[in-house]
Amino acid sequence: MKKDWPLWEVFIRSKKGLHHRHVGSLHAADEKMAIENARDVYTRRNEGVSIWVVESKHITASNPEEMDSLFEPATDKVYRHPTFYNLPDELKHM
Amino acid sequence: MDTVHLEKDFQEKIDQEIKIEPKDFMPDAYRKTLVRQISQHAHSEIVGMLPESNWIGRAPSLRRKLGLLAKVQDEAGHGLYLYSACETLGVDRESLIEQLHEGKAKYSSIFNYPTLTWADIGAIGWLVDGAAIMNQVPLCRCSYGPYSRAMIRICKEESFHQRQGFEILLTLSRGSEEQKEMLQDSVNRWWWPSLMMFGPHDKDSPHTAKSMKWKIKRFSNDELRQKFVDVIAEQIKILGITLPDPDLSWNEERGHYDFGPINWDEFWDVVGGNGPCNKQRMHDRVTAHERGAWVRDAAIAHAEKRATRKAISKAS
Ligand SMILES: [Fe+2]
Ligand SMILES: [Fe+2]
Repeated sequence: MKKDWPLWEVFIRSKKGLHHRHVGSLHAADEKMAIENARDVYTRRNEGVSIWVVESKHITASNPEEMDSLFEPATDKVYRHPTFYNLPDELKHM
Repeated sequence: MDTVHLEKDFQEKIDQEIKIEPKDFMPDAYRKTLVRQISQHAHSEIVGMLPESNWIGRAPSLRRKLGLLAKVQDEAGHGLYLYSACETLGVDRESLIEQLHEGKAKYSSIFNYPTLTWADIGAIGWLVDGAAIMNQVPLCRCSYGPYSRAMIRICKEESFHQRQGFEILLTLSRGSEEQKEMLQDSVNRWWWPSLMMFGPHDKDSPHTAKSMKWKIKRFSNDELRQKFVDVIAEQIKILGITLPDPDLSWNEERGHYDFGPINWDEFWDVVGGNGPCNKQRMHDRVTAHERGAWVRDAAIAHAEKRATRKAISKAS
């Protein structure tokens, strides 16, 4: 039998109150081992308070070649930003 | 888009310091260069654990043992970050390891030298990790995203490696005559191989120009080597010993230290497999991998059994 352990993506919450952030990947036979390996590989110096692991094959990614068309809807909507609106300087706290 | 346009776009991104990510277009030669460099780097981290592990069981105190253990564990981690970065380029882990074990992939030839005394552990931390850091810091800005991110993690961890090495040497330098001799002997043996870690001279390094254009490399081999010599030639004064190079001297005009010729015949001989420990290193690596095979297989079998059981209990 010769089979590679599947690949997992690792996400770590570095502090309470922050998002989990992608930090890298690793191989593990199952989810329990993936969490333990993630602890040993990515948090040897207290870099985290929580770990998520997900098998890489379950991640769907956008295609970089379609980046322009995918994000096009937001490119011409300047009115979504506060600076679009002209207000007098006397107006405070807004 | 055709290849010519894609390649032009690619180079423009690089010139603007925009990182290349795994799914982006990249020329074949760029991918190949990265796979070769990152895998070689990963193998070096893994094989690099072997000479140091030789002293874990014989460290002179618990404090030293803890430090060395933590360092060696870090090196395993570095190997894993780098293998993962390499896998994003479309090569799987198993074939990377196979290439190493079959002698098709190289690792840094410095690890083919033996660790004869405890002082060697200090010299490795100071000189070998020191040279590695010199090489690695600019790689944090490498154009390939996953490699650059792995290098940032690695560099954060490396500084403790060099400090623990220097502390070992500093302690020996304040010890008995015998300890001082051991210190000098160790630095004598590790100095030249450390200089070789930066690779051949620029004029003999055909890939450098391309790697610089792609911003995989930021400085040439000779530039980095000179930086290293300048730093170490100053630091060694604290240890009260000398570097084994009669030609070493400060050159006021250049603002750098001059140093003697490197024995490249020795370098190529070790790269070619004839260093003092090449065979032992590969033997230890392959044996460890083979002995671990049943664990890897058992873990897969266990995971599969659990998955099937879960599926059955869901169905019923
Ligand atoms: Fe390392
Ligand atoms: Fe290191």
